[in-house]
Amino acid sequence: MLVSSISVTRSTLLKDIRLEWRSKDAINSMLFFALLVVVIFSFAFDPNAEESRRIAGGLIWVAFLFAAVVALNQTWARELRNQVLDAYRVSPAPPNALFLAKAVGNFLFVTILELLMAPLFVVFYQLRSEGPLWQLVVVALLGTWALVVNGTFFAALSIRTRNREIMLPLILFPISIPALLAMVDTTTIVLTGDGTPDFWLKMLLVYDVVFTLVCLLLFESVLNAE
Amino acid sequence: MTGTDETSCEPVIKLDNLVKFFGRFAALRGISQSFVAGQLYVVVGDNGAGKSTLLRVVAGLTQPSQGSVTLLGACNIRNVAHSVGYMGHAPLLYDELSGMENLRYFAGLYGIADDSVCRAAMRQVGLDPELQRRVGQYSQGMRQRLSLARAVLHDPKLILLDEPFSNVDAHSAREMATVLGQVRDRGKTILVVTHQTALMEPVADEFVQMSEGKIVSRSRQRPSPQSSTLSSELERI
Repeated sequence: MLVSSISVTRSTLLKDIRLEWRSKDAINSMLFFALLVVVIFSFAFDPNAEESRRIAGGLIWVAFLFAAVVALNQTWARELRNQVLDAYRVSPAPPNALFLAKAVGNFLFVTILELLMAPLFVVFYQLRSEGPLWQLVVVALLGTWALVVNGTFFAALSIRTRNREIMLPLILFPISIPALLAMVDTTTIVLTGDGTPDFWLKMLLVYDVVFTLVCLLLFESVLNAE
Repeated sequence: MTGTDETSCEPVIKLDNLVKFFGRFAALRGISQSFVAGQLYVVVGDNGAGKSTLLRVVAGLTQPSQGSVTLLGACNIRNVAHSVGYMGHAPLLYDELSGMENLRYFAGLYGIADDSVCRAAMRQVGLDPELQRRVGQYSQGMRQRLSLARAVLHDPKLILLDEPFSNVDAHSAREMATVLGQVRDRGKTILVVTHQTALMEPVADEFVQMSEGKIVSRSRQRPSPQSSTLSSELERI
């Protein structure tokens, strides 16, 4: 009986979307958290339009990174309730299919959050793009994937630890620094129109490819670790 | 009481000097045993005897510290994962999904896309496939039955069940035991960990008694209540 990776990825992804739709665990907590960050930062800084463009890259991505951690912790928490992960582990389904489904699911959830939060950032920080807007779309897609692919992997790594909510940011944030740097710099360049973000976009692409491959290679060991 | 279709003397499970340590505690202490096809084995023993650990090692969920497990002739359990069904102590189900949604998802993990297989599995354990209620709203007994349906829906050759009758009412438990007997009669090998030995007596082929990480006896007769400790008797009651 051959089990197709694509069909398992698809069914796991659909199952996760259905679970999220019914529970709204991740989306609600992410939205609430990101909203708080936007409002608190806008009160704390009160910058003019020019200053906003310079700091917005950092604010946006820090808000999304922190909010994404909430969703990433939820990813595996629902697999631990009733020990459902054991049912997957005893099945012939490929471990990488589970990882890909989880990563793509998180990518969708965080992208939805970004789409909902982007207008708020524009309003609160009076943002206007000086550079080409498509570059912002590219950095959003590549940057979000960089966050969720590592986040999904390290969330899986920390599921058996006692303080997994604390463990995940402790492991994830340092390893995300190169990606975060590229995301912040690209966003700032596009918003201010100073320079070209080509180097950072290429670096983000390489980061995504390398970490996706490494996570796929190591995930089976993580899944079966005791 | 012995099955006919797929029965043979070839061992379905072969354990060779199986040892499992959790830290410095030895949960399994050098078990070397074989279990043949088409038999229903009931694994009994006190709490902490190593029954659940043995089942998890056989299912491939826990790696042994020493020794090896050969399942259906394969040393790598993943190679025969499609022929093994496992029901754990926890239900291994998603609370937010209905019974059919759960079974559909798990069937997909075994490459089964046919809805009628899931419906048949639900009916086999006495549940209604049309029930739209989410599993989180099921009674404990219904969860156990659905969990059993999940474990057998891909028609495995080897079925490993850890406490399948816990929280199940007496009538339903007897029905489940009868279902297990029927499954065994179709040539499947079943290992059941339970304290409810009386329930399994009519259908069991062999009782495997464990104590302190070892298999201490194997018998066609149900172990006498005197051989059990007070704690397991209280749990059984």
